[in-house]
Amino acid sequence: MTPAMKTGLRPDLAIIAENVALDSSVLDVGCGDGTLMQALRDGSGCATRGMEIDALNVGACVAKGLSVIQGDADKDLAFYPDKSVDYAILSQTLQTTMRPDMVLEELLRIGRKAFVSFPNFAHWRVRTSLLWNGRMPVTRLLPIAWYETPNIHHLTVNDFRALLQERGITVEGRWFLSGDTQCSAAAANFRAEHAVFLLSRGG
Amino acid sequence: MATVLNPPIENRHLDLDMPLLLDGGQMLPCARIAYETCGTLNAAKDNAILICHALTGDQHVVSNHPKTGKPGWWVRMVGPGKPIDTDRFFVICANVIGSCMGSTGPASDGPDGTPWGMRFPVITIRDMVRGHIAVLDSLGIDSLHALVGGSMGGMQVLSLAANFPERTRAVLVLASTARHSAQNIAFHEVGRQAIMADPEWREGDYYAFGKGPEKGLSVARMAAHITYLSEAGLTEKFGRRLQNREEKTFGFDADFQIESYLRYQGLSFTDRFDANSYLYITRAMDYFDLAEEHGGMLANAFAKSKARYCLVSFDTDWLYPTAESRNVVHALNAAGLPVSFVELSAPFGHDSFLLDVPALDRVVQGFIG
Repeated sequence: MTPAMKTGLRPDLAIIAENVALDSSVLDVGCGDGTLMQALRDGSGCATRGMEIDALNVGACVAKGLSVIQGDADKDLAFYPDKSVDYAILSQTLQTTMRPDMVLEELLRIGRKAFVSFPNFAHWRVRTSLLWNGRMPVTRLLPIAWYETPNIHHLTVNDFRALLQERGITVEGRWFLSGDTQCSAAAANFRAEHAVFLLSRGG
Repeated sequence: MATVLNPPIENRHLDLDMPLLLDGGQMLPCARIAYETCGTLNAAKDNAILICHALTGDQHVVSNHPKTGKPGWWVRMVGPGKPIDTDRFFVICANVIGSCMGSTGPASDGPDGTPWGMRFPVITIRDMVRGHIAVLDSLGIDSLHALVGGSMGGMQVLSLAANFPERTRAVLVLASTARHSAQNIAFHEVGRQAIMADPEWREGDYYAFGKGPEKGLSVARMAAHITYLSEAGLTEKFGRRLQNREEKTFGFDADFQIESYLRYQGLSFTDRFDANSYLYITRAMDYFDLAEEHGGMLANAFAKSKARYCLVSFDTDWLYPTAESRNVVHALNAAGLPVSFVELSAPFGHDSFLLDVPALDRVVQGFIG
């Protein structure tokens, strides 16, 4: 078990925490209650800042001594200067934004690198659910019915790869999760419930 | 020095031995700053928190108001075991210059031994801050653990953080703004004109008459008080309910409860506040534009700051709405400073920062540490 796993972080966050360089600067977009930021600050000596849309979560972050701004990834990233952090992180939030492509561009403008994690809508369980039931899938990672889910832009691993290619974004690392354990990149679009990408622009 | 109480509360004053140079180009000779402290300053002098008060506030954060006898204005936030914990921190609050609660203002005697009146120089928020810095100097406090203020207190906090960046390590701004908007200025002008239209104002020289422009000051307070509350809050508290009567009187008595309430607020205000102070302090707020002082770029105001920041706005505050706080947050972000911001939901409008909002307590406690 890796050190980050021991902290009880969600698996995708544990992967991100393990792969952020020590003492780097981080912007966590959609930081929730600040669990990842706390792990990065306390475990990796990172200078962290966060953005979160929910006021209660922001309050929880401030109470942990974290610097978090209440804001909306679709609107408020514009106010961060270019290359102002080493890593911009977007975990489980891409599929909830109005314009995921623009948010992705903003992450790579603000961060020298960006971590993006998202649930894979092409996972076999989602596929079979749709195939057999003919209804929008409700699964462990996508537990909310279509009419109230915040996930307004479902995507698959292959969709994401295609967008990266189209925009000339470099993949520096990628990890796939099935259940809470990592699985291979082979047939990830079918086998992975969850994907984590480390991205950079050019070079 | 009284140290029997735990934590000790003291009301003190500082007489400046140098004239205070003011933004307006004039200077204030022999100014006095009245201030309250609560708690104990540690040997390293690094546990001090300066609280800046609002327009009609005063230094009595935790002690009873000397004129009204009411508890200090922020006892729900400041005290032993409270979010700003006086068992751990040495809390200071100074009456701003221009006010009337012990610090030098237009009601104080000028150099010729008669009240300053309108001869008192026009002051700015930064001038008030210069007074605070003098108090910190006199106490030997080089760097504050935190600097806290709501409304006009928030303006002083921002001004101090920008102009004296080495003096504080954390900055907490509640329901405030980095500049007064046209609407803010407009409401203040209504108040000032009400005071100056009152014949008892006598061009500000009313002190010898035993009676001031109470009607004008009262109207000014009524207009301002509306801006401190939310429409929803007023509707919930008063609606269209009548005051101690079954029917409308078809006259101009206070038929509605809201009228009666505002009249009471206006009248009781005149018992504790000087009309000329109201003119001077509202003017200082109207002149406040932190970006203007720094080449038009708000981010430049914080170029030398190394503090961490937290801003809080309230969703029902239409006096200094959330957009004003966000404006400051974006500037702090651009300056690369650690900043937190949250818009809290509370029904009380601008006054929310003074009232029972548990979410605010958590943010304040968490940020102060």
